[in-house]
Amino acid sequence: MMVRIGVFICHCGHNIASAVDVEEVVEYAKTLPWVAHAGHNLYSCSEEGLGSIKRSITENKLDRVVVAACTPRTHEPLFRRACEQAGINKYLFEFVNIREHCSWIHAKEPKEATEKAKKLVAMGVAKAALLKPQTESEAGVIPTAVVIGGGISGLVAAASLVEQGIETHLVEQTDRLGGLLCDITTIGPEGRHARTLVKDVVQKLEASPKTHIHRKARVSDVKGFIGSFEVTIEGCDGPTKVPAGAIIVATGTREFAPTGEYGFGEHPQVITQLELERKLAMGEKPKRVVFITCVGSRQPGREYCSRVCCNVTLKNALALSKASPDSRIRVIHRDIMSSGSAAEKLYKETSDSGVRFLRYGLERPPEVVSDGDRVNVIVYDETLDEVVSLDADLVVLAVPMLPPDDSEVTGKLLKVPRDKFGFFLEAHVKLRPVEFATDGVFICGSARWPVNARECIWQGMAAAAKASIPIKEGKVVIQAITAEVDPEKCAACGNCVLACPYEAIEIVDQDGNRAAKVNEAQCKGCGTCVAACHNDAVSQKGFTSGQLGAMIDALVKASLEGSR
Amino acid sequence: MTEFKPTILAFCCNWCSYAGADLAGVNRLQMPPNVHVIRVMCSASVKPEYVFKAISQGVDGVLVLGCHIGDCHYLTGNHRTAKRIPVTKKILHDVGIDDRRVRLDWVSAAEGEKFQQVIIEFVAEIKTLGPNPQREVNM
Repeated sequence: MMVRIGVFICHCGHNIASAVDVEEVVEYAKTLPWVAHAGHNLYSCSEEGLGSIKRSITENKLDRVVVAACTPRTHEPLFRRACEQAGINKYLFEFVNIREHCSWIHAKEPKEATEKAKKLVAMGVAKAALLKPQTESEAGVIPTAVVIGGGISGLVAAASLVEQGIETHLVEQTDRLGGLLCDITTIGPEGRHARTLVKDVVQKLEASPKTHIHRKARVSDVKGFIGSFEVTIEGCDGPTKVPAGAIIVATGTREFAPTGEYGFGEHPQVITQLELERKLAMGEKPKRVVFITCVGSRQPGREYCSRVCCNVTLKNALALSKASPDSRIRVIHRDIMSSGSAAEKLYKETSDSGVRFLRYGLERPPEVVSDGDRVNVIVYDETLDEVVSLDADLVVLAVPMLPPDDSEVTGKLLKVPRDKFGFFLEAHVKLRPVEFATDGVFICGSARWPVNARECIWQGMAAAAKASIPIKEGKVVIQAITAEVDPEKCAACGNCVLACPYEAIEIVDQDGNRAAKVNEAQCKGCGTCVAACHNDAVSQKGFTSGQLGAMIDALVKASLEGSR
Repeated sequence: MTEFKPTILAFCCNWCSYAGADLAGVNRLQMPPNVHVIRVMCSASVKPEYVFKAISQGVDGVLVLGCHIGDCHYLTGNHRTAKRIPVTKKILHDVGIDDRRVRLDWVSAAEGEKFQQVIIEFVAEIKTLGPNPQREVNM
């Protein structure tokens, strides 16, 4: 074997170089077996960095590339592409993580961080020497999409898909479309009518023969992967199996029920923001209203800011203040988060209109007392430094949005992660917004994080745009990390068949020789079968026991050198 | 005598624990520099042989980290890990190696702090166990 490995160590500006002595690692890399060239870049992922890697591949006749930089989870495709452009098979590239796994977590130990970076590079080089070129296979894509959730995000996503001519199934739990917007009068800060907005999108959807709306239905099972999912929709007339190429999650949000807080559930005058919306929709115009914000959020156990409640409070406070000249509207808040210039303008307009704002701290929250018909809010006013009592017809609690009750079930069905509050986690906020790490599954709206209607619409459109890419291309590339069987070693015991979570392996008869065979289109590349095999007959491309063993050897060898 | 600096290997699955380690980095959670991560797609692909190989060659400790049960990217891959690693530990124990040198744990993509905690604890544990006796033979 004669290979020529190029090693490129990234400074990542100061991110790596502040803890790891990059030049020292470069010099060390030059001493490693098979390394024909070692260099460094200020930013390897920049145009300039990629260009210099590509030039070096040609100049130094490299046939393997190792980049020591950040994480393969975000940057591997970029460097693989550069290798391909320079004429090297992209599977002859190996990524070494010396930022997230080294410089950032050993920031104050430059010597140790440098030693560790050297070992990690040695391990990467050892694996790279054994990499083999691979060919990726392709699979077809079913030109249908499933959108879970018929709120505004899901509606917009579905409408955008059918507009592109894509067959779309919209699954809604209830019998009405529009989600939370059905209970809301106007959308701030512009004051657009929520129901008109919903009606317009629904009309557009219903006009298309490509739309299939499933009301009072839920997704009960999801099988398959990008390009060929099989989604079971449990509707009024039993389960339907829908083949689909992509799935969009738009399961939205629900309002927190602040039972026991500020007399909610005890005094009828204490209601939530959504209940106020319903009253406003019926034409009620209460005059003496106290709003309390951050009820049940930004405190231990539920630390997050729900983002939309301040603006909703401002919008409704202004509307009530304008509705009658003798109204007395008070907002008791912890901070006003009116992000965006339009919302900032709304805040100013609201305070100019005569709405009074009082700040409270968690250590001295307001109190609601009732004497039957009326309620009083007792609050310590920080500015006056005294306790004041505000009488009210209504106390409106701005409560946070929560993920829907069944978000755990949805997460498990689709194998997508959620954060500690239960909201869905996208693959990367900046590099892969609205996408899940699971290919072919997308996320939009408040199921991801509480957002306002406008942001729901943007995200719905973004998710639809992303979902339409594989569908329009008509094919997806299957990463060459699938398992393969050496029929010579295989004893046809069937352990791998049982181990495979995807039923991708079967025992076949080949010229009178029984052996396991992997169906590449079905294999997802987990490697479970590899460890299940007693005869070392199954291996996973890019993660062979030879390659991983070489990494262990390299670590042992490098540690030996380091300890002397 | 010079201070004992353990050499530790960690197998992290691509979807949860590797991502959790990344998150620990993004959040700049500091931890001892003894752990070297090998990325695998699923913790279920970690052969007992890899663990035996590392331990027999003198690596002081091996971590196998996967997704929490129920959260495996490959449906039930980690169910196998959950059975396989205890058996691996038992075999090590039976041949006279302290099985505390191998630890199985679950770290999700959202658990940067858990990753940090596992690393800190494991490094401390290995330090109390002292160098892997196999070091004498191989290193």
